[in-house]
Amino acid sequence: MGSSKVARAWRLIVCAGALALAACSRSAQPVHFFAAGRPAHLSDWQVVYADGSNLALNAGVIPYDLNTPLFSDYAHKLRTIWMPRGTSAKFDPDGSFDFPVGTIISKTFYYPIAKGTARDSKAVARTYDQSTDFSDKAQGERGLKLAKVHLVETRILVRREGGWEALPYVWNAAQTEAVLARTGDAKPLELVADDGTKEAFTYVVPNENQCAGCHVVDLKTKQIAPIGTKARHLNREYPYAAGTENQLLHWTKLGYLSGMADPATAAKNADWRDVAQPLDDRARAYLDINCGHCHNAKGPANTTALDLTIFAAADRFLGMCKPPVAAGRGTGDHFFDIVPGNPQESILPYRMRSSEPGVMMPEQGRTTTHVEGVVLIERWISALRGNCDTTS
Amino acid sequence: MGKVAIAILCALAAGCGGGGTAPQALSADDAAYQQKLQEQLLDAKPGSVIEIPAGRHALDRVLTLRANGVTIRGAGSDKSILSFKNEISGPEGMLVYANDFTIEHLAIEDSKGDGLKVNDGENITIRDVRVEWTGGPKTTNGAYGIYPVKSKNVLIEDSASIGASDAGIYVGQSQNVIVRRNRAEKNVAGIEIENTIDADVYENTATGNTGGILVFNMPNLPQPGQSTRVFNNKSFDNNLANFAAKGAAVASVPAGSGVVVNSNPKVEIFDNDIAGNHTANLIISSYFSTNYYNTQGVDPKYDPYPRGIFVYGNRFKGGGDSPDGLELKTLKVAMFGINGHFPDVLWDGYVDTKSLVNGLPPPAERICVQNGDAEVLNADGPNKYKNPKIDKTSFQCELPKLAAVELPHS
Repeated sequence: MGSSKVARAWRLIVCAGALALAACSRSAQPVHFFAAGRPAHLSDWQVVYADGSNLALNAGVIPYDLNTPLFSDYAHKLRTIWMPRGTSAKFDPDGSFDFPVGTIISKTFYYPIAKGTARDSKAVARTYDQSTDFSDKAQGERGLKLAKVHLVETRILVRREGGWEALPYVWNAAQTEAVLARTGDAKPLELVADDGTKEAFTYVVPNENQCAGCHVVDLKTKQIAPIGTKARHLNREYPYAAGTENQLLHWTKLGYLSGMADPATAAKNADWRDVAQPLDDRARAYLDINCGHCHNAKGPANTTALDLTIFAAADRFLGMCKPPVAAGRGTGDHFFDIVPGNPQESILPYRMRSSEPGVMMPEQGRTTTHVEGVVLIERWISALRGNCDTTS
Repeated sequence: MGKVAIAILCALAAGCGGGGTAPQALSADDAAYQQKLQEQLLDAKPGSVIEIPAGRHALDRVLTLRANGVTIRGAGSDKSILSFKNEISGPEGMLVYANDFTIEHLAIEDSKGDGLKVNDGENITIRDVRVEWTGGPKTTNGAYGIYPVKSKNVLIEDSASIGASDAGIYVGQSQNVIVRRNRAEKNVAGIEIENTIDADVYENTATGNTGGILVFNMPNLPQPGQSTRVFNNKSFDNNLANFAAKGAAVASVPAGSGVVVNSNPKVEIFDNDIAGNHTANLIISSYFSTNYYNTQGVDPKYDPYPRGIFVYGNRFKGGGDSPDGLELKTLKVAMFGINGHFPDVLWDGYVDTKSLVNGLPPPAERICVQNGDAEVLNADGPNKYKNPKIDKTSFQCELPKLAAVELPHS
């Protein structure tokens, strides 16, 4: 901790001195892997940090995106990964890659500032447009433009000797630093849509145990694991500063990934928003990333016999005509998880539409409704064939 | 910061509390306590005892525990109260993924979802815990009060659940369980044992629920349940109108059910006081009677028959005089008249016809009723109640008694 404090103090001095000149320069401190403990400030890690005008990425910190991401109250996300020099993750065709001790993943949740509102306002934009977020044409690699975005939280997932650990950091009002918030936080915000429609909501920063609520994907091992860093989520292009390239290939070239033969043969989930891709692929990709971390054979929701991973066969385990096990009032007066051809009679979209704890799914990670996600799943169910005749 | 200061801030800030659903912020004291308690749970290690002081503590998000060997202890289930009335993130009151866990002497109130859920734990003790929805029975109450699931060696004693919109005390997919000396009131199901192997349910009081004590098997789950003993309980006046959301398993339970066995084998029901339940004091039924059966959504290997049910020595009184639902009402009036009543035991009549030998199931799979003058009505469900009859001979049999459950930690 001592050295990190010194580093912070040093950087603050540099920042203070440079403030008049507009911005701090890129940190001279390398990424700091803490083998133990919980650093109090995000900047202690030197992974991503506010440098006065940008949320900057340190050298060796690589941004990445997922084919289809988890919905988190319309937040935009800047994901990064860093590994110690000379180490690399081992490729896995299905599961999360096997990352070396020292790996640090960061995920910054932020919103574009709503048009016509002050930078410190609660109003944030509800938009899929990320084009104004970045400080350079290259998405992410040069970081986020602080004048354009409202940073909410940055989560650190760090691979230590004993396994992964999750640490949530919450950005201060001045957007200069994020502070450890082990017990989470709740931020009142207002989503402003492109057409000016407003929706007040509470952005909930998870506590450490809630982090585990999603990231413990195997109840028996109780080990925390990253969710997005799997071949099928990462297998896509990314506009790096040096040019657009497939992420798996880029990681391989950097030495961050070993054992990946060819992205063309690796699994690849659909982009849920890409209407050029088959509806079934888009819906299954959406369910996979939004639901599959709990609803899998080993996950916390295996009590329900509902498997929403990309691997589940399209039968009762995916919810087809399946009576709920312990949905309680989450049924919304419907009898089956999915009634083919009839989304209005299906429990699954009912729980997605809800934003009420006790009814809504996923149980955490959102307090608003993902309208476009619900539309996708309803369209998918509409297109399914079959019926759930109870008399047969 | 005092309440006055918060009020002034609210008055100044446009939109503060303006949204109809905007949750009420916790007081500064409650917020500080919530943070402290969350930290205690995060820092807990084997042997840790987390004391919940007397008083009403308002919280707005689920309490989660993941460390083994922890005790959470209050000053009494009427003294240390965790209130989730303003919960914004949950949905449970408390969610536990841990072994060797004890929780005692406290109350959990008004959680949006389940009150206390223990998932995949071993050696679990829940003692003198009250879970209650304080606004009375409502469909919008949380589903389950006390809810251990996929757990092994579970003791629930001297506890209470009131107002759950599904089951008050709900033991799911577990093994080796004792549920004793509890009180279940104003829930849809008072106590429900589901897909559980080896459970002893005794000395409980279930009253004012839709159904008092249920032993169910649901399809599609990896563990079919069996071997539950229900004895020395009081299950009376469970006549509350069913307020579960449709589609929930317990939504099929008729109001006025004292004890219900559905699709679960090897159940022994004895020495209970079961009285005043308007549909029937004891119902034995099949999943086919629930309206959820369909060929696509139900595992073909699922066994929907209650096999090997042994009923003896219960003290039945009253009941059966005003069954819930048009079909049962019509059936009652047709057979027993306006002022008559169903006999104490109502069986829906579904039987695995493939297993019958001379018209009867094999001895170990029979329904046996050795209960004084208590009669059994075969409602003839498979033929839409066409030929219901009181059958005095088919149930004259005995079954081997089940062994008592023993817990390593009780």
